[in-house]
Amino acid sequence: MATLNDYLLVSGLLFAIGLAGVVMRRNIIIVFMCLELMLSAANLTLVAFSRFHVTANGLPDYNGQMLVFFVITVAAAEVAVGLAIIVALYRARQTIHTDELTSLKG
Amino acid sequence: MNLAWLLILLPLAVAAANQLVLKKTGLAPLISTASAIATFVLAVLLLGKNETSHFAWATIGDFSINIGYKLDQLSTGMMIVVTGVGMLVHIFSLAYMKEDSAKARYFTGLSLFMFSMTGIVLADNFIMTFIFWELVGLSSYLLIGHWYQKDSAADAAKKAFLCNRIGDFGFLVGILMLWGITGHLAFDSMKGGLEHFIAANPLIATGVISAAVLCIFCGAIGKSAQLPLHVWLPDAMEGPTPVSALIHAATMVAAGVYMLFRLQFTLGFEHFEGLTASTVIAWTGGITSLVAALMATQQDDIKKILAYSTLSQLGYMVMAVGLVAGEAGMFHLFTHAWFKALLFLGSGAVIYACHHEQNIWKMGGLLKKMPITGFTFLIGFLALIAVPGFSGFFSKEQILEAAHEKNQALFWIAAGVAVLTPFYMTRLFVVAFLGKTKSENADHAHEVGPLMFVPLLLLAVLGFAAGYPAIASKLAPAYHQPEHLIHLGLVTYVSIAALIIGVVTGFILYTGKDKDPVSIPLFQNRFYLDAIYEKGIVRYFQDAFAMIISFIDELLITGLIVNGSSRAAASFGNLFRKVQSGSLQGYAFCFGLGCLFVIYFAVFGH
Repeated sequence: MATLNDYLLVSGLLFAIGLAGVVMRRNIIIVFMCLELMLSAANLTLVAFSRFHVTANGLPDYNGQMLVFFVITVAAAEVAVGLAIIVALYRARQTIHTDELTSLKG
Repeated sequence: MNLAWLLILLPLAVAAANQLVLKKTGLAPLISTASAIATFVLAVLLLGKNETSHFAWATIGDFSINIGYKLDQLSTGMMIVVTGVGMLVHIFSLAYMKEDSAKARYFTGLSLFMFSMTGIVLADNFIMTFIFWELVGLSSYLLIGHWYQKDSAADAAKKAFLCNRIGDFGFLVGILMLWGITGHLAFDSMKGGLEHFIAANPLIATGVISAAVLCIFCGAIGKSAQLPLHVWLPDAMEGPTPVSALIHAATMVAAGVYMLFRLQFTLGFEHFEGLTASTVIAWTGGITSLVAALMATQQDDIKKILAYSTLSQLGYMVMAVGLVAGEAGMFHLFTHAWFKALLFLGSGAVIYACHHEQNIWKMGGLLKKMPITGFTFLIGFLALIAVPGFSGFFSKEQILEAAHEKNQALFWIAAGVAVLTPFYMTRLFVVAFLGKTKSENADHAHEVGPLMFVPLLLLAVLGFAAGYPAIASKLAPAYHQPEHLIHLGLVTYVSIAALIIGVVTGFILYTGKDKDPVSIPLFQNRFYLDAIYEKGIVRYFQDAFAMIISFIDELLITGLIVNGSSRAAASFGNLFRKVQSGSLQGYAFCFGLGCLFVIYFAVFGH
């Protein structure tokens, strides 16, 4: 049976992959997907903690899982807004490569 | 609100209103003139009152600088002179400046001057005197430079201001010394402090007091244009003529005499008898009056002649104050204010009628063409040369008598001046008003309008009558009524002989002449003093100083502080600019790194 550490390891890996993607990939859609991956990593952690934290009456601590639902809801909304921004961006600039989106350069 | 505060603040309010609101409306001249008339009425109402009042203007710990007024016979009498001449000059200016494009500015300046002068006269402490002393300097600067488009006017204004500043530096030091000696700044409490000081330090007291008085006298040297700072006054004639009448003949230049007399009056005359400073003051006055009278004999500009004559008469007053006969000086100040304002306004009328011709050799025959102006000018002339029966005679007599009593050498200098004054004034009168006209401008001259000749007539009445005890005892500041109206004796004989010699030589030399038969370059060039100042002091001190200042300004202030700080900010900004790469992933990386640090320190940091 998998231990808490295994779950945390997987979640950490997922988070690291997500972060690496955000930092390194140039395609903004992939960056966006990697962001989602990081959220999922966080969710996985929360669920794992919830499952392994047994309360006085023998049930898992569901507070963590409640939080996950909120995260998923907010993430869904965020995806909608984020994709809309990306579409608008593409219409304005005809590109979704972060290398070419540097108009904020000082 | 009592009358004295109103008297001080009304001209200020008018000046502010003129400058801020009424500039474009054309009302400014009328409002200023109305306020000048109102201040004269107030001054008459306050005449002879005895009152003081003040409020703390700035308080530091238990030391406070007050603004207040002190009404006594001296200040209320002086206010009659200031507001009386001021009022007539305002009225005269209405006509004289009618066609000037900057009338509002001119009248604002006049009102500002009236405010400042009132402040000097009514001040109840030395700091307030000093503040208003500077303010008259400022308004004088503004009015001399009224026609600032002319280089000569702008230069004259600057010269007047700088000369005054030199004197004022000494004045400020003197005030501080006096404060150190007496422990007080208010006139009322100074005398007690001085006596306490003398009792505590009997050995050094006279020396220290002498030094303080000399420093204060520096202020009077600047303001009353005594040697060696007299050079600004003749140049100040670049200003409009009514300004010369008000500021540079009747009131501001007399402020030095007034202030010195106020000082003696405050500290007690007995402390000034035999003081070295008094001797220095008397000699400065005497020499100034002689030198200025000599310079006046060879000038061709009608206003310059009057300016040197003013210098010479101021020298008389200062000499009288130095001889601790200040009442005589103040009496001469009083009579001189009227007849000199009359002469200046008369010359203003002449200049106006002759289309701004100021050279007396291009006038001539004006008595016939301008009978009222000519006649009033004649009265002023007779008063100035001290013909018995005219106001100038009585006051000059008192000064000569004081000199005769206290210092023979100065008496004979004053007698010499009494010869020169009728001489140069006769020259002026004969050349400009008698004989035949000498230029086209003078040919076209005709009598000025009533706005101009009414002030002249009023001044002529006072110029004639101000010396009689019936008037002087009521109006004149610090008037000391003599036992006899005319006291026959050596002094009277000398002064009448001087008068006759002067007038007769003047008549003989100048009747029917087209150009000056006498030419003395030394006097024409004002003893070369201006040239010496220009070549010596201006070049070696002012210019050298200007170079240092410019160096500091350009390198230190501009280069280092102003541009330097902006450059520092810019380079600092450039440094941080690199951080704003505009690359999304760069930001994300930094953000991730930051999070990592935060977590690391939060978890393992202990």
